[in-house]
Amino acid sequence: MLRPLTSHIREDRRPLSLKEYEKLGGYEAVRKVFKSMTPQAVQQLVKDSNLRGRGGAGFSTGLKWSFVPLDAPQPKYLICNADEMEPGTFKDRLLLESAPHQLIEGMILAAFAIQADTSYVFLRWAYKDAAKAIIHAIHEASDAGYLGDNILGTDFSLHMHLHTGVGRYICGEETALLNSLEGKRATPRSKPPFPQVSGLFGKPTIVNNVETLSCLPHIVNYGADWFQKLSRTGDAGTKIYGVSGKVKRPGLWELPMGVTLRELLEDYAGGMWDGHTFRGALPGGASTDFLVEQHLDVKMDYGSVAAAGSRLGTGTVIVLDDKTSVVGFVKNLIHFFAQESCGFCTPCREGLPWIEKILHALENERGQRGDLKILEQHTRLLGPGNTFCALAPGAMEPLQSALKYFRKDFEQYIAAYATPCRSGLMNR
Amino acid sequence: MLTKEEQHEIDEAIRIVPYKQAACIEALKIVQEHRRWISDESLADIAQYMEMSTAALDSVATFYNLIFRKPVGRHVILLCDSISCYVLGYEKLSAYIKQNLKIEYGGTSSDGRFTLLPNPCLGTCDHGPALMIDNDLYRDVTVEQLDNIFNKYE
Repeated sequence: MLRPLTSHIREDRRPLSLKEYEKLGGYEAVRKVFKSMTPQAVQQLVKDSNLRGRGGAGFSTGLKWSFVPLDAPQPKYLICNADEMEPGTFKDRLLLESAPHQLIEGMILAAFAIQADTSYVFLRWAYKDAAKAIIHAIHEASDAGYLGDNILGTDFSLHMHLHTGVGRYICGEETALLNSLEGKRATPRSKPPFPQVSGLFGKPTIVNNVETLSCLPHIVNYGADWFQKLSRTGDAGTKIYGVSGKVKRPGLWELPMGVTLRELLEDYAGGMWDGHTFRGALPGGASTDFLVEQHLDVKMDYGSVAAAGSRLGTGTVIVLDDKTSVVGFVKNLIHFFAQESCGFCTPCREGLPWIEKILHALENERGQRGDLKILEQHTRLLGPGNTFCALAPGAMEPLQSALKYFRKDFEQYIAAYATPCRSGLMNR
Repeated sequence: MLTKEEQHEIDEAIRIVPYKQAACIEALKIVQEHRRWISDESLADIAQYMEMSTAALDSVATFYNLIFRKPVGRHVILLCDSISCYVLGYEKLSAYIKQNLKIEYGGTSSDGRFTLLPNPCLGTCDHGPALMIDNDLYRDVTVEQLDNIFNKYE
């Protein structure tokens, strides 16, 4: 089984030096592109490879690039979104800490494809080792002439900087990320204009995820067909999958796109802890719908997970077991989203804390008749189309699916204490 | 007044952005690194240096979780309270820490040694529960280990 993104990562996860990376064929893709390809050809190659964004949305990377006006004057920007903060997601950390040169090479290729001359790595604050690894790798790459003015004697220049965030989930939303890089509050921007046309500092900008960018050197070296064939399904490439929760061997594995949820949970994560039973799982981080027993044979690719009513998201699975309270689980997620809401639009700012209050009441067996109806209304009112960005709709995904699959878990807290009206409860 | 060292570091941050104010988050981080937190006085100093109003800078400072606008202890404990650590029982850790250091979330121990803050997902979900103290990450943490961990910090 081919593992292009991770096979060169050492057991102890120490990053390769530039020399070591070059010995394994590192920066060959950059040389190849500079020698024999136009930016348009790189874009076409990546379109043909069917690479889809690994940050969660799954948009075609080549198509995203094609909206940048190539002839626009400099500066243009290429941003690496390394603000991994989706709860239950820990895949980019591995690539950042252990394969920084692969990322930088991918960024050079992406920057060349859109003719950007400046790039930033937007790294989350907590990833201290990643920051060290990336700063060191940027220095090494600059000294070797892979970054800076006139790279490898060509007329292409690229300057790369590291920006570490100061902690807000919403910075992962690409337009909020741009505001944060501009030194502002990280509230999402209205689209259009799309960042490809007017992004960072009003200039054409592409924001790509760490894992997406790390795929690029391999696509350039081995071709679009090869990349497609890595996958078992229609969605190309490998995917770094992860599993956390009460499983025997939680961890990360680079596998062909389209392995089933069952394979991930049983063959790789080693099954549930003894005495614990699987009840459900969020397939790709906190903002994805639950999959349950009947979905265990769903292929973990974009199309199949969507057909099962959820999203592949980040591909890092969070497992819910029978000893964990469903209401507590969902409350934990909603608490996170309520806290991390930027507060800009009303449904999100007001709706999420309301939901959290109801779940808190349920958890403490103070639920009331009508509570589930209010929760269901919120899943619509905070759903797609009613909020400024995708944060609240994302938060509704685990809630709406929990209400669907685990309804009794919610109802049990109401049945015991339900009274006809709130005043009745107050008098209890 | 910002120190020469702080000014120098902020100038470096300004160098890589098109205009000064774009580096204001960087400036807040730099000053916090030196002074542990951003007092009203520090805020005013930074605002003046960045040629921004204090209010504009404060709107940015108060937006971000890890810019501290209140004094913190000599060490900050960031306890992951997100979903994987919830499933794996972070609440036992928080109960122990609150009881033994006699602090609530947001509070500082009476000896000024630790401030305790809940923190969203630390991105090490296969090794939860997790916490950070200053720049150090601790994974697979059990209640039994906590005293030994804390003893490393003066």
